[in-house]
Amino acid sequence: MATLTLYIQYIVNGLTLGAIYSLIALGYTMVYGILKFINFAHGDILMVGAFIGLIVYEALLGTSTSPVWMMAAFFIAMIVSMVLSALLGMFIERVAYKPLRNANRLAPLLSAIGVSFILSNGAAWIFGTQSRRFPYPFDNTPITFGGISITPHQILMLVVSVVMMVLLAFFVNKTRMGKAMRATSLDQPTSALMGINVNRVISLTFAIGSALAAVGGILAAFDFRVYPSMGTMTGLKAFVAAVIGGIGSIPGAMIGGILLGILEAVGAPLLHIPNGLKDTVAFAVLIIVLLLRPEGILGKNEREKV
Amino acid sequence: MRLLSTEHLTREFGGVIAVNDVSFNVEKGLVTGLIGPNGAGKTTLFNQITGVDKPTRGNIIFDGQDITGFPAWKVSRLGIARTFQNIRLYKELTVVENVMTGLHFKVGKDPFHGRFLQALKSYAFAQRENREVYGKAMEWLRFFDLDSHAQDFARSLPYGMQRELEIARALAADPKLLFLDEPAAGMNPAETEHLMEVVDKIRSLGVTVVLIEHDMKLVMNICDQITVLNFGTKIAEGTPQAIKQDKAVIEAYLGKEEE
Repeated sequence: MATLTLYIQYIVNGLTLGAIYSLIALGYTMVYGILKFINFAHGDILMVGAFIGLIVYEALLGTSTSPVWMMAAFFIAMIVSMVLSALLGMFIERVAYKPLRNANRLAPLLSAIGVSFILSNGAAWIFGTQSRRFPYPFDNTPITFGGISITPHQILMLVVSVVMMVLLAFFVNKTRMGKAMRATSLDQPTSALMGINVNRVISLTFAIGSALAAVGGILAAFDFRVYPSMGTMTGLKAFVAAVIGGIGSIPGAMIGGILLGILEAVGAPLLHIPNGLKDTVAFAVLIIVLLLRPEGILGKNEREKV
Repeated sequence: MRLLSTEHLTREFGGVIAVNDVSFNVEKGLVTGLIGPNGAGKTTLFNQITGVDKPTRGNIIFDGQDITGFPAWKVSRLGIARTFQNIRLYKELTVVENVMTGLHFKVGKDPFHGRFLQALKSYAFAQRENREVYGKAMEWLRFFDLDSHAQDFARSLPYGMQRELEIARALAADPKLLFLDEPAAGMNPAETEHLMEVVDKIRSLGVTVVLIEHDMKLVMNICDQITVLNFGTKIAEGTPQAIKQDKAVIEAYLGKEEE
């Protein structure tokens, strides 16, 4: 009985962490869906988003200790960070990827790795390499029912992630811009002929992906602290999540993220993997998925076009 | 009335001059044929006008506006639609969905303005719009006798129908000018016959048509005006009757007569 409760607890923990993976995985998958390339700088945008969030939050908060203002300051900081990260994402696309759109497929990938280094080293240069704590904007005492405890931070992660994903689903499925985006991911030249400004759709995709990454970065920062290389591992895992779900598929990224979070949280204790090595779970899952179902859970089995 | 004209349009690819100083006009409401031997520069000319490619020199005037070098999406919004020699449908979408894409991003409607804000305001709006668009798409399919295939995947249609679907989608965007690039290519005689009826119907809608075609029976039957290209240069233009007797055209197709 006690073990059952314990595993339910692991699942709850995995679910909340997985929600963050999902948010970040969406950026990878949306960009891949349209441009067929992996934006390896995505993880570093998450880091920049976390830094912006932290700086704005601290500036807004000042010396205030009012609980209401703390929460308000946190959400304002999150929105400011989303907007600035979206602009950064669009800027990166414009200078580092767009000129390479008709180049060899490897070129934008390498460019992305370059951007990743520029962002993480730039952050180290500006902010230093020491990690900073992102203070909770609320009292993070766990709430316990039936032996299972959940922290307000976990509730926040879950609620914010779900809200973001519902908004995204609405946007993509129900608005004309979302339709333009889906059409572009199916066939770019044809979409241009249908009157869709493909460049704008691509810009928008980067903006949305980066804004979601910023949210993910801020929410993860409470647990993982804020430092210049924080995007690397979280970004890689979100990428794994996108692949598990089926890269290019938006619902796939959501499912993949949650699934990866749960597998990680349950798998590590189940297989007695020491805490410091628990990242192996995510990558073992990646290898298994690539071997058994390379197109992912919801991915289409796309044959390479000749 | 003149709907489109090109002025000294030239497109060079390195040392090859694919389109050489071509000035031609398209009159409103007519069906204009663009013919010429393979490699004459017909598709290249289409590509310049529809924004798929940019001309090296020269101008393109559409409806009184200089559209030289406009990107494809802008040209499409202004009311120029086209089909391709190699069919470009959304193959993974159904037949009716393909026509819906044509309707969604119709002439004059920028997906980034106006109705988007309305759409955000109400979910019901998006639903209503979807129903409207679906209904209109079905009307277009009936126009082309494709309605019984509405729910089939575009890729599962026979070749001739895919071509007609592409035309239906182009028309759904409500264009003023429609370019058809070899619409009869690969069609059997019955399908070609049907296509001729379709082009007649399009003309009756008041849409101006320019078509590239190798099927001379079709060209001579449905075109009001014909322009002939050879090695990138315009060598003749006129009515089908005049073109049939034009010496330069006969030479281009059959070679020079031995003295």
